[in-house]
Parts: sequence; C-alpha cells; structure tokens
Amino acid sequence: MASYQLPISGATCKGCARKISSALTAVPGVDDVQVDLEHQQAHVSGSSALSEAALQDAIAEAGYAPAEQHSDIPAADSHENPNADRSMQDISLNITGATCASCVRTIEQALRSTRGVKQAEMNFADRTARISGTANATTLIKAVEAAGYGASEMQPEDDGSEQEALEQAHYRQLLKHMWLGLGLGVPLMAWGLLGGDMMVRPGQPSQWIWLAIGLLTLGVLATAGRHFFIGAWKAFRNHNANMDTLIALGTGAAWLYSIVVVIVPGVLPEAARHVYFEASAMIIGLINLGQALEVRARGKTSAAVKRLLDLGAKTARVIRDGPNQQREELDIPVEQVQTGDHVRVRPGEKIAVDGEVQEGESRIDESMLTGEPMPVEKSVGDKVSAGTINQAGTLIYRATAVGKDTALSQIVALVKKAQGSKPPIGRLADQVSAVFVPTIMIIAVISALAWFNFGPEPRLTHMLISATTVLIIACPCALGLATPMSVMVGVGKAAEHGILIRQGEALQTSSKLDTIVLDKTGTITEGKPAVIAILCADGQQENTLLQLAASLENGSEHPLAMAVLREAERRDLTLSEATRFEAINGKGVTAIVNGQRYRLGNQRWLESEGINVSLSSDSLTQKGATPLFLASEGTLLGIIGVADRIKADSREAIARLREAGMKVIMITGDIQASADAIAAEAGVDEVMAEVLPEDKANKVKALQQQGRIVAMVGDGINDAPALAQADVGFAIGTGTDVAIESASITLMGGSLHGVADAMEISSATVRNIKQNLFGAFIYNSLGVPVAAGVLYPFTGSLLSPVIAGAAMSLSSVTVVTNANRLRLFKPHRDPS
Amino acid sequence: MTALINLAGLLLIALIISWFWLSQAGGRQRKQDATVSEASVIVKNGVYDPPTLHARAGQTLTLHFDRQDPSPCAEQVIFHGLGVSEFLDSGKVTTVTLQNPPKGEYRFTCQMQMYQGRLIVD
Repeated sequence: MASYQLPISGATCKGCARKISSALTAVPGVDDVQVDLEHQQAHVSGSSALSEAALQDAIAEAGYAPAEQHSDIPAADSHENPNADRSMQDISLNITGATCASCVRTIEQALRSTRGVKQAEMNFADRTARISGTANATTLIKAVEAAGYGASEMQPEDDGSEQEALEQAHYRQLLKHMWLGLGLGVPLMAWGLLGGDMMVRPGQPSQWIWLAIGLLTLGVLATAGRHFFIGAWKAFRNHNANMDTLIALGTGAAWLYSIVVVIVPGVLPEAARHVYFEASAMIIGLINLGQALEVRARGKTSAAVKRLLDLGAKTARVIRDGPNQQREELDIPVEQVQTGDHVRVRPGEKIAVDGEVQEGESRIDESMLTGEPMPVEKSVGDKVSAGTINQAGTLIYRATAVGKDTALSQIVALVKKAQGSKPPIGRLADQVSAVFVPTIMIIAVISALAWFNFGPEPRLTHMLISATTVLIIACPCALGLATPMSVMVGVGKAAEHGILIRQGEALQTSSKLDTIVLDKTGTITEGKPAVIAILCADGQQENTLLQLAASLENGSEHPLAMAVLREAERRDLTLSEATRFEAINGKGVTAIVNGQRYRLGNQRWLESEGINVSLSSDSLTQKGATPLFLASEGTLLGIIGVADRIKADSREAIARLREAGMKVIMITGDIQASADAIAAEAGVDEVMAEVLPEDKANKVKALQQQGRIVAMVGDGINDAPALAQADVGFAIGTGTDVAIESASITLMGGSLHGVADAMEISSATVRNIKQNLFGAFIYNSLGVPVAAGVLYPFTGSLLSPVIAGAAMSLSSVTVVTNANRLRLFKPHRDPS
Repeated sequence: MTALINLAGLLLIALIISWFWLSQAGGRQRKQDATVSEASVIVKNGVYDPPTLHARAGQTLTLHFDRQDPSPCAEQVIFHGLGVSEFLDSGKVTTVTLQNPPKGEYRFTCQMQMYQGRLIVD
C-alpha cells in the first residue's frame, strides 16, 4: 500500500475536484483519491506498484498540474506540426465545459503554457478565449482539450451558415424518423383498410406475427420516437408536461394496449382484442413529418435577420504603416479591423465597419438600412455605416465602431429582441398554453371513463381510442406559435423597410391608432430651414441684423440658428463675440454683444420682455416662414424670416394616413400664421401652433384623455417626452442611429411614408396573429371534443388516432405557413 | 371492476392535478444549490436543466444557455414578466443577462411554453 501527496493547481470548485478525482482513479492501482481544494493537493492511496509520474501525468492531463509540469503537453504537440504557421496571429476559440471561474484559470494556464502563445485570455461570459502568438489553432484546441475542456475555432463571422447546417441535419434526421414510422405504419394501416384482420386470435399463428409486429413497433418508438419519450420523462420529473408528454402518452398507450392484447388476450373481451400498432407507428411518422415541415417553414421566418446579417462585408482593406514606415494596404477579415483603423472602400464595395470619412467623396446606397432609395452624398467628416454600399468614388474612412458596436449589428440585435417580444393579444394563448397539457390529460381520462361507463361495447377499445385520440389531436404548438411566429415575420418585414419596432406591444397599438401628431420641423419639413427674407426696422440694415443674430446664435445647433449662421456665412459676415449667452427653451436666445444685450426669439417672448414689436411679420408668415424677432435692449431691430421646405413626399404620405382614417395633427412652436401656411401645404387636419417643447407631451396627453389612441412622430431627441407620452412614439429620420429609447418605433428613413408603412405592417401582423390564434383555438376546441367522441351518436364511429396525428402535425405547420404569408406583404405606397 | 376502473381514473386525475399543478417539490429539489449571479442552463430533451434558478434581487444575473437540442421549439427563451427574450443558437452557449430583476417568481419558457423553468428572485 502506498500513498502520495501531489500538488495541483487551479482547482477551486467541486467540478474541478471531480475531474481530478476521476483522472486519478483511472490510473491502474489507485484505490482512493481525496482532493484538497484548500491546500491544492491530491491525496492518493493505492497499490505499491503505483508510479508518482503516472499520477502527475493524470493530473496534468486533467489540466490541473503545476505550471512546470503542464507545459509539456501542448509543446509536444507543436512538434507534430512542423509546418505550423509561425507568424504572429490572433485566434479566437469557443470553449465548452467551463462552469466556474477556476475553469477559466485552468484554461488560460493551459493556453499560456503552450509553446508559441504570447497572450491568452478567456471571457467566461461568452465562453470564448482569445490567443495571440504563433501557435496554430489545432495546437491550442488540443491544449484546451488536454486540460479537460472542449474548444473549437471561432469562425470569422457567424453568418448563420453553421446554424443552417445544424438545421439541415436536424431536418434530415426528422425525415429519417418519419420514414421509419411510416415505413411500418402505412403497410399495417393498408392491411387494416383492405380488410385484413387486426384482431388477435389466441393460439393462432397470427398471434406470433402480431408479437413480431409489436416488437418492430417498439423499435420504431425507441428510435424515431425516442426524443418524445425522453422529453416527456424529463419534463415529468420536473413536474412539467409538454407536447412530448402528449405524444409519448398517446403512442405509448396504443402500443401498451396492443401488446397486452397480443400477449394475454384472455384478459380482454373478445371484441376488444384489436391491435393499434399501426396507430403508434403512423403517429410517430406523421409527427416527425410535421416537425420536419415546421423546421423548413421556420427557417423562412427569420429570413429578414439573415438578410441583415448577409449585409456585412467579409473583408476590409485597411491602410496601415508597413515595416519601412510606408503605408501599405491590406485586405483583412472584417473582425480584425480595429477602431481607429483607416479603411479604403472602392466603388461597388460594401462599407465594412462604421466610420467617418477622412478622404474622398462618393455616394452611398443606404437603402438596405434606412429604406431610403436615393443614394446619399458623403464627403470628409460624414459618417458611413457598415453594410451600406459605396457607389461611385473611393473613400478612406476612419473606423469608429466595429463588431457588435456597428449600427448594423445593433439593428440586428434590436430586431432579434423585438422578434422575441409578444404583444398583449398573445397573453390569453400564453395563459392557456401554461395549463394546456395537464388539462388535455385530464380530458383524456374523463373521456375514457365516459366511454367505459356510458359507451357501447367494445368499451375498452373505445376507451383506448378516445383517450389516445384526445392526447394526440391536442396541439399546444399551434397555440404557442400563433403569436410569436407572426411577430417574428412582421418585425422582420418592418426592418426590411427601415422600420425598427422595439416591442411587440407597439405592433398591436399601431394597428389601433386613430390620431397622428406630427412634429413640424424635420418631420413634415426637411428640418433644414433657410433665411428667406429680412425685414429691417427704420434705420437698420440687413447685414447688420444678420451679423448680430448670427453672433447670438453662434455655436447653437438649433435648426433655426443653423439657418441664420449659414446665411451669415454665405454673406461672408464676420461674427462678434457673444457673452452671457442664455437659451430660453421655446422662446429664443439672449446674450451680450459689443457690450449690449440682444434678444432673438419669438414675438410673444419679446413682448413679455416689454419690447414694442412695431413691425408686422405677416408677409413672412404667409409664406410659412418662422419670424425671428431681433431686439436690442428695448428696441426691435428687425425680423428674420426662416422657412423650412416641406419634404417632397410629406403631402402624399399625409394623404395616405388620412385615407387610412387617421386624424393628422401638426404640432409646432411656430406662430399660428406660419404654421397654418405649412399645414395647408402639407394637408393636415388640424394645427397646434405656438406649443412650447415641454407642452407637446401635454397636448398628446389631452388627446389621449379625449379617448384617442395617439401616435407622436418626431425626431426622437427634442420630442422625447411627447414620444414617450404617446401610445406609439415614432422617431423619424434617425439614419442608422437606432438608440432612440423614447420611441417605440424608429424610422431610419426620413419619409413620413414610413409611419404609414409601419401602421400597415402592424395591422397586417395583428390580423395574421388573430387568424393564427383563431385557427389554433378553433382547432383545439373542435378537435378535442371530436376526438373524445361527441360525434359518435351521429357517425357511429370514433376519430382514428392516425387522423388525429396527421391533423396535429399539420396544425403547427399551418400556423407557421400562415405567418410566412406576411413575408409577401408590401406597403401600399400609392395613395390612389 | 367498474368501480375499480372509475376509481383508478379519478385517482389518475388527482395525480395529474397534484403532480403538475400543486406540487413543485421535485422542481425545488433540482434547483441549483444556492442563490447565484451566474449560472449555466442546459437546453436538452425538452427541458431546461436546472429547471429552477435562484437569484438575489438587485443583482445582475448572467445565464449561459447551452442549447444541445436541435428542435426548433428550443430556439428561443422568454422570461415572462421581465420583458427579456433571446434566441438560442443550436449547439452553442448563449448568454442572457437580466439586469437587476425585481423580487418575484418568473417563468422562463420557449415560445410554445413547452420548455419550462422558474426563476425565483428573493
């Protein structure tokens, strides 16, 4: 008898102790192993022939050896790969089997002690390890495996192809199972239908044939139906019941009854000695077929996300400093681009990561993200987004966001998240689903008892058929899938049109809207106002007024201020320095220029400050311009008229909204007259003018108090409170900025058609959900009673469990297929 | 005989009600040992393992869902009442982060609610 005390390293949890213990126990001659986590030691006792080296090797192979012993394992491997790539590189691995923080240390230690590894870090959160050095991926994977964990090289970009391959494999397996089930079930059923004897006659050779068929059916249940039985058992142990429970119970009951008939026919009345092996096999075959069809149909529901993922470029041409301080251009995988890299994009190529243009001019097609068909001009300082296409000209841009931080990735994440949310309409189905399976089991028992007590002979057969058919026909899947499938397709469809729906709830509310409040600036209008006229008070000059106004507004990013500044720049005016600047929200600005206080703002504010507004702004307001009144101390100096053109398609889109039965209201801080002029041009129903920004939310609230279901459409920043107050808030024209939290729907394009599109898609989706829910509820509430035999008095027969199996497997496919119809939906952009 | 079969049927109904609705004892036994801020959940054979998770209120909970089940039913996990859902890639570990979930008991299920788990935040 010998005992050893061996040092270990990196073991801190019970899982590690188990691993060490099992590694040591596997060494021949070991009788007992105790792992002391506190002192990082393993105590081993066993036969005197035990070799300490063998025990140390076992610890090393488990990945818990002190560093000096551990390093041999991967190093040996590196000799096996003499042709390994010796250049420095970054490799990312997916790690499996890591369950605690100490596993991370063990894995990192294993990687770091591998020859050629310069740096290795593992991210426990996403179970990945990043390694820099000259070691190749195979060596690294072996090192991780030697440490007792699993590893695989991370693909450059998860474009879904791996998932597709897994789905395909699952699909093929389901088809194989279907053939197994139907291969046995169809001939048996044909035999029965063609008048073959399905009864067991004791003592006759047919009894042996039925026994053989019974065993074959058991084989089918154990192979093609195995996953149903395992799923049912696991769920049962957790006090849960699921679809597998129903299938396993239904097919299991049919088989069990039949095998009792075959083995001990004497215990049953003669009329009840019917076998139902064909039902078990057919149901298993048909449900596998249904699931295979569902896998196929489901693949299409996530097509929108796949398309978005496909937008990403695979490589990027980065400009980096070469060894001789010369700039060189390298084509590298897109995931290796780092923030700050300069990237060249040539005509026709995709923008690889988000960035800011440093050199060149071009047009970029952003339609795939924003839904806007017109290419956008880009020059130095403009932002470009990953996934968009450079049309003409070459650009060099600096990477500002890469990987998960790009707008495209955020859009994909947002769409995926929204696809998983449920509108309230699905709640009833959720509540029913939660109690569905046990309820069906109870109905099956009640049905069996009813047939036993009140049914005609053969009562036992009727009991079995009715209970089995109830279990098999009930389809919780159709109910559970009704809402999420439609939401998935609807949200994806919206994303294809540049509409990002954040929550399933917004989908449902959008379909019920009756009032739309549109902010004027940037929503109905271009949001880029320009100075169209300057009215001077006596003794004043246009340029002096403009110079003062621009000096006051210098540095402001308000659209009206920008218009004044642009005009001053156009006229080459030199601005004066303004001090003690103050912006009064919704009123104007004031500052000291050349030692004198000036005010620039609306008429009401100036009048409240005691300034006599002697000039009339009517000529400006009639043109839809916003008058900016400029006053020095107590004297009005003049009025600057700033007008904002309405967007080319605003009128058409508003007409479309009105045709859909919406009341369209324009809300603006502008004075009534200029608001009226814009409103007339845009064709809205009502105008709310001279509304301070903070009052917009109150106006929305007032409309809601009138019982209206209100949408607010604005830029998402200035209108945030109103957007949040509205039943549905639309942030419009955000480009690829998707981080507009206040809005439940973000329109990346600037067109108001997006609002109408979003409403149409929402209505279509909700309609689709209703169809699905109706179908699923009707199917179950008609199917279950029919299966229980309520039609028996009229038809004289019970529904076959095989028909129930076919109906059940088709019901969920029908739901998914109906949801897929939404993919064909096209918004109705032509108001005629 | 008739009475026996009827009795058996009624007993079966009582068992169904008791096992699936009234008793969650088994689920409790199979929950993780202690309150955690991070846990792994295996998605396989129609169930989440462990089916019950305990977390502390006010702490961020990180869950690693290891989907080993290719069935499309398993493709999504939804935390009811928390507004959190995530698509789970087949054959991969997907991390779901719950930011400071409030005190309460939440169900987490697949889309069709066939996979069922419970998150107890206390």
